[in-house]
Amino acid sequence: MDTPSRSEHTPSPPDLVTPPGLTSPQTGLAAASAASGRARLGDRLFAGASKGSGILLLVIMAAIAVFLAVRATVAISANEGNFLTTFEWNANANPPVFGIAVLAYGTVVSSIIAMVIAVPVAVGIALFVSHYAPRRLAQPIAFVIDLLAAVPSIIYGLWGALFLVPHLTGLNLWLDEYLGWTVIFDKTNPAATPRSLFTVGILLAIMILPIITNVTREVFLQVPRAHEEAALALGATRWEVIRMSVLPFGRSGIISASMLGLGRALGETMAVATVLSASPVLTAHLLDAGGGTFAQNIASAFKEANDMGRDALIASGLVLFVITLLVNGAARLIIARHKEYSGANA
Amino acid sequence: MSTVTTRPADTAAPLPEGLKQRRLPSWAPLGIAVVSVAAAVGAGMLFGLQSKVQWGLIAALLFVAVSFALASAVEGRRQAKDRLATSLVWVCFLLAVVPLASLIWTTVGQGSKVLDGYFLTHSMAGLLDIQPGGGIYHAIIGTLEQVGLATLIAAPIGLLTAIYLVEYGKGTLAKAVTFFVDVMTGIPSIVAGLFILSFWLLMLGFDYSGFAGAMSLAILMMPVVVRSTEEMLKLVPNELREASLALGVPKWRTITKVVLPTAVGGITTGLVLAVARIAGETAPILLLVYGAPYINNNPFEGAQSSLPLYVYQQYVNGNAASYDRAWAAALVLIIFVMLLNLVARGIAHWKAPKAGH
Repeated sequence: MDTPSRSEHTPSPPDLVTPPGLTSPQTGLAAASAASGRARLGDRLFAGASKGSGILLLVIMAAIAVFLAVRATVAISANEGNFLTTFEWNANANPPVFGIAVLAYGTVVSSIIAMVIAVPVAVGIALFVSHYAPRRLAQPIAFVIDLLAAVPSIIYGLWGALFLVPHLTGLNLWLDEYLGWTVIFDKTNPAATPRSLFTVGILLAIMILPIITNVTREVFLQVPRAHEEAALALGATRWEVIRMSVLPFGRSGIISASMLGLGRALGETMAVATVLSASPVLTAHLLDAGGGTFAQNIASAFKEANDMGRDALIASGLVLFVITLLVNGAARLIIARHKEYSGANA
Repeated sequence: MSTVTTRPADTAAPLPEGLKQRRLPSWAPLGIAVVSVAAAVGAGMLFGLQSKVQWGLIAALLFVAVSFALASAVEGRRQAKDRLATSLVWVCFLLAVVPLASLIWTTVGQGSKVLDGYFLTHSMAGLLDIQPGGGIYHAIIGTLEQVGLATLIAAPIGLLTAIYLVEYGKGTLAKAVTFFVDVMTGIPSIVAGLFILSFWLLMLGFDYSGFAGAMSLAILMMPVVVRSTEEMLKLVPNELREASLALGVPKWRTITKVVLPTAVGGITTGLVLAVARIAGETAPILLLVYGAPYINNNPFEGAQSSLPLYVYQQYVNGNAASYDRAWAAALVLIIFVMLLNLVARGIAHWKAPKAGH
C-alpha cells in the first residue's frame, strides 16, 4: 500500500546527472564506449589467444594419435607376421616380419618388478619424511628427493650399465642358487652378465622412487591432524596411528602416485636401452639376459631402420602411447575422485 | 594451600604395576644397527660374498629381525609391531639413499677424470671413437639451442593455456583441456619423438635438425608449464582481480598487469623446472637430431648433438676413452640440471608472496 507513494518520492534519473562543471553526459558516454570498444577488442584477442592455446594442446594430442596411427597402419598392413604374437622384429626385411609379443612382455614384466620394489619403499620413505624423520632432517631430505627426481634418465642408464650391472652379479648368483626352484629366479647361464629384465626392473624402481615418494609424501602431509591426534589420544602407538589414520586417508594418493610411476616406468627408454642386452626371446627366467621393451626397441633399432622399419617402430610406439594413456588417465581419474570426496578439502 | 602442594606429589607417585611398561633403552635401535652391520660384514667376509649389495641386504634383514625379536620379548606385541614399522621405514630410507648416493658419487668420481677446459671447448670432429681427447662443445651448443627453441615454443602456449584454464575456462572444453594436460604429462618422451618424426620428417619431408628435436621437447614441456602456471595463478587472491575490475580495468589488462605480476615468481620457477626436465631428454633427440660429431651452430639445418645424446653415443661406443667422455658429459649434464633446479628454488624463495596481502 505504501509502494506507490514511495515511488513518487524517488528522485528521477536526471536529478543524478553530474554537475555542469564536469563533462556533459554525451561526450562522457562516447569516450566510455570508445574505451570499452578498445577494451573489448583487447579482451576478445586475449581470450581468443588463451582459448586457442588450450585448443592447440588438444589438437596436438589428437595429432599424436592420428599421425602415429597413419604410419602404423602402413606398417601393419605390410607385415607378414602377426603384429600381436610374432616374437621377432625383422621390420627391415622384405617382406617385413615383426610383432610386439616380446616387447609387450618385457615392458610389462620390467614395470611390474619396478613397482613391486618401488611402491613399498617409496611409501616407507614418504612415511619416514612425514612421520619418522627428526623435524630438522625432514625438509632437507624432501629437497634432496626433489632434486633426485630431476636427474636425467640417461645418467641412470649410464650408472645402471657401468656400475649396477657388475654389482648385481653376486645377488644374481645367490638368487639362482637358493631361489632357483621358483623358475623366475632360475638363471640358465649363471656366468652371463646380468643384463636382464630383473636388473632393468631394479633400475626402473630406483628411477621412479623419487616421483612416487614425492606425491605420496604430499598426501601424507595432508592427513588431518585431528585424525592422528584422536588415535594418539586413544593410546595408539605410532604404527597404529599410521595404520588407522594415515594409510586409509592416503590410499588413493598412493595408488595414483604408483600409477604415475608406472607410466614413467612403461615409457622409460634410455635406462633400458643401456642396460638390457636385447634379443627376441620370451622367457619366464627373469635373470636371463634378453627380451626387450617398446621404448628400448625403438631407441635401439632406429639407427638401422629403413622406411618400413621406421613405420613398424612407430606402430609399436602407438601401442606404448595407448598403454601409457590408459594408465595415466586412470591415475588422474583416481586423483580427481579423491579430491571430490576427501574430507580434508572441506 | 594444602591442595596445591598435594597435587604434584600425586602425579609423581609411582604408577601401579599394571600401567608400567618395560621399554628398551633409547640407544637400543642404534646398538642393534651397529651389531647387525657388523654381523653382515662378518658373514659377507666369511662366506665370500663379493657383492656389497648382499652385505647391505643381510644387514637390513638382521636389523629388522633383531629389533622385532628384542622388542617383542621386552615390550610386548603392540610395541614390537611399532618397532618393526619404525625399523622398516628406516631401512626403506637407507635402501633408497644408498643407490642414489652411489649414482652421484660415481658420476662425480668418474666424470672428473677428463673434465677440463679442453673438454668443454672442443668437439669430436675428426676423432676416432677409441681415441682419447675430444670434447662436448658441440653438444653444449646443441642442448642450449634446442632447449632454448623448445622454451620459446612451449612457454607462450603453456602460459596462455594456464590463463585460459584459470581466468576464462568453464564447461566441457576447460575440463577436457585439464584432463588432457594431465594425460600429456605422462606421454613417454620417445612417443613425442615418434610423433615429430612421422609429422615433420616423414610427412612434411624435412631433414634431421635441432629444430625438430626442439619441437618434440616443446611437446614434453607444455603440460609441465601449464600445470605449474595454473597452480600459481590459482594462488593469486581473487580480491586483487575484483579490485582491478571494479576500477573499470578491462579483463586482459587485469590479467597482464595485476594477476601475472603477482604470480611471476612461481611462474618463473615452474618454467625453469620445466627447462631442467627437458634438458636431460635423450630419446626424442636420438630420433630427430641424429647426433653430429662436429659443431653445427644452426639448429634449423643439419644434424646437431646434445649432451644427453652425447652421453648415450659415447656409452654405445663401448671403450675406455668413450666411457670416460660419457661420464664427464654426464657430470656436466647433472651440474647443469641441478643448477637450474637450484635457480628455480632460489627464485621461488626470493619472489615468494610476502605475507599480508
